[in-house]
Amino acid sequence: MLNVLKIWRNEKSREIIVQVIVLIIFGWFISWLAGNVSGNFERLGKDLSFEFLFIPAGYDINQYLISYNNRDSHLRAAIVGLLNTGLVAICGIVIATIFGLFLGVLRLSKNWLANRIAYWYVEFTRNVPILLHILLWHGIIINTLPHPKQAIDIFNVSYLTNRGFYIPKPIAEVGIELFYLFTVIAIIFAILFSRYSRKRQEKTGKQFPVFWINLMVIIVFPCMALAFNNFPISFSIPELRGFNFRGGLHLSPELIALTFALAIYTAAFIAEIVRAGILAIHKGQREAAESIGLKPDRVMNLVILPQARRVIIPPLTSQYLNLTKNSSLAIAIGYMDLVATLGGISLNQTGREMETMVLVLLIYLGISLSISSLMNWYNYRVKLVDK
Amino acid sequence: MVFDKNNYAPGTHPDLPPPPGTVGVVGWLKNNLFSSLSNSILTVLSLYLMYLLIEGSLSWFVVDAVVNANDKPGCRKIADGACWAVIVKRFDQFIYGFYPLAERWRIDISFCLLFFAAAPLLYPDIKFRKYMLVLSCLYPFIAFILIKGGFFNLLMIETNLFGGAMLTVIIGVTSIACSLPLGILLALGRQSRLKLVKVISVCFIEFMRGVPLITLLFVASTMLNYFMPPGTNFNLLIRVIIMMTFFSAAYIAEVIRGGIQAIPKGQYEAADAIGLTYWQTTRFITLPQALKISIPGIVNTFIGLYKDTTLVVIIGLLDPLGIGRAALADTKWNGLSTETYLFVAVIFFISCFAMSRYSLWLEKKLSTDHN
Repeated sequence: MLNVLKIWRNEKSREIIVQVIVLIIFGWFISWLAGNVSGNFERLGKDLSFEFLFIPAGYDINQYLISYNNRDSHLRAAIVGLLNTGLVAICGIVIATIFGLFLGVLRLSKNWLANRIAYWYVEFTRNVPILLHILLWHGIIINTLPHPKQAIDIFNVSYLTNRGFYIPKPIAEVGIELFYLFTVIAIIFAILFSRYSRKRQEKTGKQFPVFWINLMVIIVFPCMALAFNNFPISFSIPELRGFNFRGGLHLSPELIALTFALAIYTAAFIAEIVRAGILAIHKGQREAAESIGLKPDRVMNLVILPQARRVIIPPLTSQYLNLTKNSSLAIAIGYMDLVATLGGISLNQTGREMETMVLVLLIYLGISLSISSLMNWYNYRVKLVDK
Repeated sequence: MVFDKNNYAPGTHPDLPPPPGTVGVVGWLKNNLFSSLSNSILTVLSLYLMYLLIEGSLSWFVVDAVVNANDKPGCRKIADGACWAVIVKRFDQFIYGFYPLAERWRIDISFCLLFFAAAPLLYPDIKFRKYMLVLSCLYPFIAFILIKGGFFNLLMIETNLFGGAMLTVIIGVTSIACSLPLGILLALGRQSRLKLVKVISVCFIEFMRGVPLITLLFVASTMLNYFMPPGTNFNLLIRVIIMMTFFSAAYIAEVIRGGIQAIPKGQYEAADAIGLTYWQTTRFITLPQALKISIPGIVNTFIGLYKDTTLVVIIGLLDPLGIGRAALADTKWNGLSTETYLFVAVIFFISCFAMSRYSLWLEKKLSTDHN
């Protein structure tokens, strides 16, 4: 008896005992679940197999980035869905970031009126569920915009209707390759030039107007390429034929409602993150920078922003991740994303709940984990080194 | 020396009024709206934006709105604006769902009791707190008996009749109440020295945070029965509440972990030095401090959870949003989505905004900062 107590009171051995107990309980729980699953599968005459991925899906998807028709496999349908998720996520992230930064700056503005407007915008947007935002915008497009016949006309090239937006579609012609090449060259030049000017500044203290030079290069260079080949781009303009528009690029109401709702919802969170990040910088930093005679934009660019960035980036990334995960609500309005294809129609058609859901979960998990490990790497890189 | 009225002995000069235009309404306007050229432009732009908003929406919302009508064409006959009749006609459904009319007093009572049960938890300084805490402990059972019925001659109500705001409150409050303790355990598990416990906690947290809630709800509605012994058929509402609890527990765990990590090391060393055991340290040193730091984060997670309850419409439960969609599916009200969704949005805004205000209040109250 005394020995048992002794073992229990020893920290090392107690840790081992507790872990063994946990392992037994956990193992029992897992095997109980596995047993249930195999029992249920046997009872229903099901098996676990992913072969369904290669049989024809048999359903249509109204928007695809890679070619797709209903004779393609479930796997391809899932990839189309995944790409649609990616499309909404990327568009949403870009718009949300721009709009969120703008709102964040307004929230910090000394102008009382602008500040209040931004405040109420942020409060109203983020206290309403994202699903409602999506449905509300979808409803507005579907129910209040006019039919194609009375479409809202923007400069005779774009049309807003209740079946979506029609905008001009650029079509590449022979000779466009030079344009792509020059764009790549301009970007590479911009990167190298920024590096060089930073080094030069560190050595000599002399500065280039880096931003403006790079902007010029990135705009002028590709334009030169276009002019050189006699503008190898044409635009397909949407036209009203019968009851609907032909030509141009069609943005479906689902795509627009989803992107827009995700963007304005996330922008409200980003605005608060930006504001908190800038406010987190100690007042003394700004005062010190001003007292050594830096101009307001230099104070911002050289002192406040580099420090605020460290505070802002991690929550910002998690907002991007949230936006991507929230895009799965697409299923509520019938936008064919990953959940709606693989986890929706494929699931219903094949009856393989287990396989489809496991795949969907794994894909989302993979996206989340890879983005968060990137973020960890970034955090590690910008971490303040304690001296 | 002769003193005239402009010559004062040192220290006797009366206070002069402030320069004109620096105080009062004019001063405020100058300081806050027209302090510089760019500021003035911003003010004018904001005013214009507000004008557009108010001008555009006032007529739709109020002036041309119709409250009394029997269907959408009826609305349109009277005026062109919002047709609030859809809300008015179905208001009861938005609150109670399809709960039997004769039994709705039970919902009313449980809802009123909820205030008394929650008060001592939310306001630590309240009078008679000790007695009210007894009610808080008993409340889950009372509410279950009242709402579900089946005891004391109360009619048993099937959960598929639950709906509306009542369903949101049931899912929200139950998941919030269950996820806090689970979240605390997970946070402690993640910080534990026991490798195995740590690994299990980390896997659980990262999995839950890595996937969208809607996929988890799909798992609950399609797959969960496979994991149960054959023949178990457990209620969809309970499955949903379990998934919501797990989901928000993972987020709460991360918030609390942040709080635990913010506690200075000296606190643990001091606890070790006076010979406290692990659980004593946790109970008296770690948690009181960690929870206090993480209150804003916890409340934010709760607000998120509360908003996420709307997702249940996708798997077929009828929360206010579901009721709204059902109304829109009715040919009588077809196409009134803006009115319906705005109404539901306002319901959610009021409750979530109240929660975030409460969080700010609590943060201020608990803060021991002397800066």
